[in-house]
Amino acid sequence: MAVAAKRKLKSRPDEPTEAEVSAEKLIDLYRRMLLIRRFEEKAGQMYGMGLIGGFCHLYIGEEAVVTGAMAAVELGDTVITAYRDHGHMLACGMDPKGVMAELTGRRTGYSKGKGGSMHMFSREKNFFGGHGIVGACVPLGTGLGFAHRYRGNSRVSLTFLGDGAMNQGQVYESFNMAALWKLPVVYIIENNRYGMGTSVSRSSASPNLYGRGEPFGIPGEQIDGMNVLAVMAAVQEAVEHARSGKGPFILEMLTYRYRGHSMSDPAKYRSKDEVSRMRQEHDPIDQVRKRLVDGGFADENRLKAIDNEVKAQITEAADFAQQSLEPDPSELWTDVYGEVEA
Amino acid sequence: MAELTYRDAVARGIAQEMTRDPDVVFFGEDVAKAGGVFKTTIGLLEQFGPRRVRDTPISEQAILGAAMGAAMTGLKPIAEIMFSDFLAVCFDYIANEFPKARYMSNGQLKCPLVVRTGNGAGSRFGAQHSQSVENWAMMIPGLKVVAPSNPADVIGLMAAAVRDPDPVIFFEHKSLYAAKGEVPDGEIVDRLGTAKIVRPGKDATVLALALMMPRALEAAETLAQEHGIEVEVVDVRSLVPLDLATILSSVARTHRLFTVEENPRLCGWGAELASIAAEEAFYDLDGPVVRITTPHIPLPAADNLEDLALPSAPRIVDKIRRSLNA
Repeated sequence: MAVAAKRKLKSRPDEPTEAEVSAEKLIDLYRRMLLIRRFEEKAGQMYGMGLIGGFCHLYIGEEAVVTGAMAAVELGDTVITAYRDHGHMLACGMDPKGVMAELTGRRTGYSKGKGGSMHMFSREKNFFGGHGIVGACVPLGTGLGFAHRYRGNSRVSLTFLGDGAMNQGQVYESFNMAALWKLPVVYIIENNRYGMGTSVSRSSASPNLYGRGEPFGIPGEQIDGMNVLAVMAAVQEAVEHARSGKGPFILEMLTYRYRGHSMSDPAKYRSKDEVSRMRQEHDPIDQVRKRLVDGGFADENRLKAIDNEVKAQITEAADFAQQSLEPDPSELWTDVYGEVEA
Repeated sequence: MAELTYRDAVARGIAQEMTRDPDVVFFGEDVAKAGGVFKTTIGLLEQFGPRRVRDTPISEQAILGAAMGAAMTGLKPIAEIMFSDFLAVCFDYIANEFPKARYMSNGQLKCPLVVRTGNGAGSRFGAQHSQSVENWAMMIPGLKVVAPSNPADVIGLMAAAVRDPDPVIFFEHKSLYAAKGEVPDGEIVDRLGTAKIVRPGKDATVLALALMMPRALEAAETLAQEHGIEVEVVDVRSLVPLDLATILSSVARTHRLFTVEENPRLCGWGAELASIAAEEAFYDLDGPVVRITTPHIPLPAADNLEDLALPSAPRIVDKIRRSLNA
C-alpha cells in the first residue's frame, strides 16, 4: 500500500505534461488570465486611491493556476477557496462588475457590500467562497465533496488552499476523512512561496507539500503553476481520478505572487531581484503570449484587440463599482436568519 | 402516549426527521456502530444504513466543516460533537463559518444544519467534560440555540431544528439522558423560540432550562409546601430565538425575576435576561433580578464538590426565600 501510494507522488515542475489545446482555446486561456491580471491591477489602483477599503489580496502572478484548473472541470463541479479569491470568481464566470462593486462596498456587489474582498459567493456559478480563515475552506470543500458523493452525482469539489494553510491541523483531518470516505475532492495547493511574510522553507519542516497526503494514500503531484497548460493537464487527470470514485487528489502548484500578501504589505521579506526574475522569466501570461506569437496562432493585432477588449471590460467594471449606490441601511439587518416556514 | 427516556427521545427525534427527509444525514464520533457514547443513537445505523448514519474520525473541525460544506449544497446534516466542551476544538465553525454564511453571501448560501452536543455537569467528568456552554453559542449572531429539558421537547425541538433554515446548536443535557417523560405518539414538531410556563405561580418568575428545570420545579414545590411561596417556573428551552413575550408577561404578573443557570457566573445566559428585564420590565419589578448560578470556577470532579458547584434545589429555595424575605 505504502509503495503504491509512493509511486503516485510526482514532482515534475521541470518536465510538464501539457494539455493539448486548439489555438482558439489557447487564446481563450490568454484572455481569461489577462482579465484577472487587469482586474487585479485595477483593484490595486483603486485601493491606493481609497476607493476600496479593508483587506485586498491580489492574485497577480498566480493567474495560470485557477485559469488552468477551471479549463479542466465540467459544469456543476464546485469551487471553494480562501481569501485571495478575486481570480477564482472571474475564472468561475462571475461578472467582474459585481466583484468590483463588492470591493467598493456597493449594493450591486455579489454580497451587496456585506461580504467584501474575502467573502463573495455565487450559487449560480457553483462558487462557494471566499473564506477568510486560513485552512477553513479545506473542511468545507471536503463537505462539498461529501455532498456530491451522498447525492451520487459525478461532481467534483475543487478545493483551493495556500501553502500557509498546509500547516493547519484541520487540513489533515480533512485529508483523512476524504481518503477514508473516498470523496471526490481535488485539493489544489497554490504554493506562492510565502504564507503572509514567511517563506515556505522557513515555515514548513517538510517542503514537499504535494507529499503531505501520502500517509493517507492520497496521490500528490507538484506542478509548474506558472504554465497554464501544465496546470490544465494535471487538473484534468486529478479530476478524472476523483470523478471515477478513487477518492481525493492533491496538486501542488508552484506559483508566485508579485504583490505583497495584501495591499498593506510592502513585502520586504524578499528581494526585488527574486520578484523581477519571476516576472521576467516565468510570467504565466507572457508565456502564453509568446506561444501564440511564435506558433503563429495570433498576431500582434489580434492580441492587441484582446488587450483592448479586456481593458474595456475592466474600465466598465471599475466605473460600475464607483457609480453604484452604497447598500441601503436596511441591509444591515437582512440575511442574519432565514425565514422559518410555518 | 408512552413513557420514554430523554436518551431514547434523541434517537426517535433523529429517526423521525431522517424518515421524512432523505436530505437529512447524521454523523459524528461513535454515533453509528457504537450507538453513541451516551447510547443516544442506538438503532439509527440499522434503520438508515451507513450512507446516512456515519462514524467519523475524532476530527471535530472536519466534522463541522464537512457538515457545513454539505449544508451549503442543501443537505440537512445533523452532526454530533460528543461533549459540548469540544465545541472549543472546532469553534471556528461555530463562530466564524456557520453563522456568517448567509449574511456574507447576500442570502445565497444557507447553512441548515444541527449540531447536537452533550452539555452540562452531574457525571463527575471534571473540568473538561462537564461544562454548560450554551452561553458560548448564545453570544454569536446567526446561530440558534436550544436546550431541551424533557423527552417530548427533545423530539419536538429536534424536528424544529432540522427543519429550520439556520444553523442550530442543540444542547442535550448529559445528566438528563436517563430522565423519563410522557411522549405523545406519532410525529412531534415543536417551534424554536417558544418558552413554556411549566408551573404557574404569582409570587416570582423563575427561568431555567435543561437540568436546572427539574431542580427549579423541585424548589418550587418546597417553596409552596413549606413557605407558602408560589413561584412561576418557565422553561426557557430556546435561547435564540428567545421568547421574550412569555418571559416578560410572566414578570409583569409576578413582579420578581430569578434565573437558575448552570453556566458559570460571568456572562451566563441569565445575565442577558437580567439586562433585558432591567430595560424592558424595570417598572414591573418589585426587587432586583437575582441570578442563581454555578460560581466562576472550573468544575471539580469529586462528588461533593461538583454538587456544591451547581445550583441545587435547596440552594434555589434558600436564595428565593431570602430574596423575598419570606
